[in-house]
Amino acid sequence: MKLSTKHLLGIKHLTAEDIQLILSTAEQFKEVLQRPVKKVPSLRDVTIVNLFYENSTRTRMSFELAEKRLSADTLNFAASSSSAAKGETLLDTVNNILSMKVDMVVMRHSASGAPHFLAKHIPAAIVNAGDGINEHPTQALLDAFSMKEKLGRLEGLKVAIIGDIMHSRVALSNMYLLQKMGAEVTVAGPPTLIPKYISEALGVRVEYNLKKALQWCDVANVLRIQLERQNQPLFSSLREYSLAYGINRRLLDSLGKEIVIMHPGPINRGVELDSDVADGGSSIILNQVENGVAVRMAVLYLLANREN
Amino acid sequence: MIIGLQPRGIFLSDRIVQELEKLVPPATIQYGKLDITFYRDDVRKSLHIASNTDIPFSIENKNVILVDDVLYTGRTIRAALDALLDYGRPAKVALCVLVDRRFSRELPIQPDYLGKAIDTIYSQRVTVLWKENNDSEQVMLLDN
Repeated sequence: MKLSTKHLLGIKHLTAEDIQLILSTAEQFKEVLQRPVKKVPSLRDVTIVNLFYENSTRTRMSFELAEKRLSADTLNFAASSSSAAKGETLLDTVNNILSMKVDMVVMRHSASGAPHFLAKHIPAAIVNAGDGINEHPTQALLDAFSMKEKLGRLEGLKVAIIGDIMHSRVALSNMYLLQKMGAEVTVAGPPTLIPKYISEALGVRVEYNLKKALQWCDVANVLRIQLERQNQPLFSSLREYSLAYGINRRLLDSLGKEIVIMHPGPINRGVELDSDVADGGSSIILNQVENGVAVRMAVLYLLANREN
Repeated sequence: MIIGLQPRGIFLSDRIVQELEKLVPPATIQYGKLDITFYRDDVRKSLHIASNTDIPFSIENKNVILVDDVLYTGRTIRAALDALLDYGRPAKVALCVLVDRRFSRELPIQPDYLGKAIDTIYSQRVTVLWKENNDSEQVMLLDN
C-alpha cells in the first residue's frame, strides 16, 4: 500500500485510502512520541527545507519538530529575512535551494496554487503547509486524526465548521477530507463570510444560526476570525461577530448535549471562543497540536518513500 | 523480559508467554511487542506499514529476549537492536527464533534459542503459518 500521489498539495487530490494510510501511520508515530527517545532514524538521509513565505509559528514549529523526530536535516527559510525581499522569484529561490541537494520542500505561501506551480517545475516532493485561501491539508489531517481519537470514527460524524469560511484554507481542506471519509459537514457563519454557492459546489449544508449548527453537530471546528478583516465591509465589528457567532459556556450548556470543540489556532479569546470553552473539558485543542506532529511525521515519512 | 517482533514474531512470543504462565506466576512475566519498521535499513526504498509497538515497562538493566519467527539475513534483528537501544540500556539482549536459515546471514547475528536450523538458498522462501490467522499450522519452505 502506498500513497497515490508524489506530493501533498491538497486533500482534493487524495483518495480515501491515502487518508486512511496517513492516519494509521500517524497512530504509530504518536506512540514514538511517547518513548524516552522520541526519534526514529527513518529520514536520516533526507534534507527538508521549510519554505515559509507567510508568517507562521505553530505550523512551522510542528513541521520542524516532525522533521527532527524523523532524524531529517532541516532548513528554515523565512521570506522577510531573505533574498525574496530583494525581489528574487519563487522559482529561482527554489532552484537555488535544490542545487544544494534538498530532497523535500514544505511550503507556505500567500498565493493559492503556489505549491502546485512548484510541483510542475521541480523534482522534489512538495508538502503544502498552506497556500493562500486554497488548502491546508496537514491541518485537515490532524483535525481528522483528533476527531477519530476522541470519538472513535469519522464516518457518519456531524461536523460544523464555524467562522470565516470564505477565506479559510483550513475549512476547505476539512470539507474535502470529511466528505471523502463519510462525515457530514455544515458550515456556519455570517452570510458575508460564506461563499454563495458553496452548497452546490461542495455538498455541505449551510446554517446562519450558530445555535442550530451546534445543536446539529457532534464536533464544532471553530475558525479564527482574522482581525485584519474587521476593516473590510464583511461584518460590523468584532463585538457583533462574537455576540452572534462566539461560543461561550452558557451557549454550550443550553444545548443539552456534549459536543467536541476544536480550533486550528491561534485563538482570539473572547471573540470566537471564550476562555472557559477553549480551556474546558469539551475542547481538544491541545490534543490537535500534539497530534499535528505525529500526522506531519506520517506525511513526511510516506512522501519520502515515493521520492525514489 | 520477552519482546516479540512485529508483525509475525508475536505469534511465537504469545505462545511462549502462554507456556511460561503455566510455570511461573503471570505477574512476573514482562512481555512487550516491538515494531521495527522505522529502523529498517531499506526504510526509504520500499514502503512498509508499521504495526503496534507496546513496551509498557523500562528495559533498563534487564535481560531481554527478542522473539521472531524466521531468522534470515539478520537485518530485522539489527533494526530491533537499534530500536531497543532507544528505549534504554538493557543488561543483555538474547535472540529466540523458530527457524534459522542457517547460511543466509548478511550480518554477524546468531540465535541464542533456536527451534530448527535449515539450509536454504536465496531464491527460496520460508513462511510460518499460525492457526491464529490461517487454517493450519505449518512451516513451509517454498521455491520461488
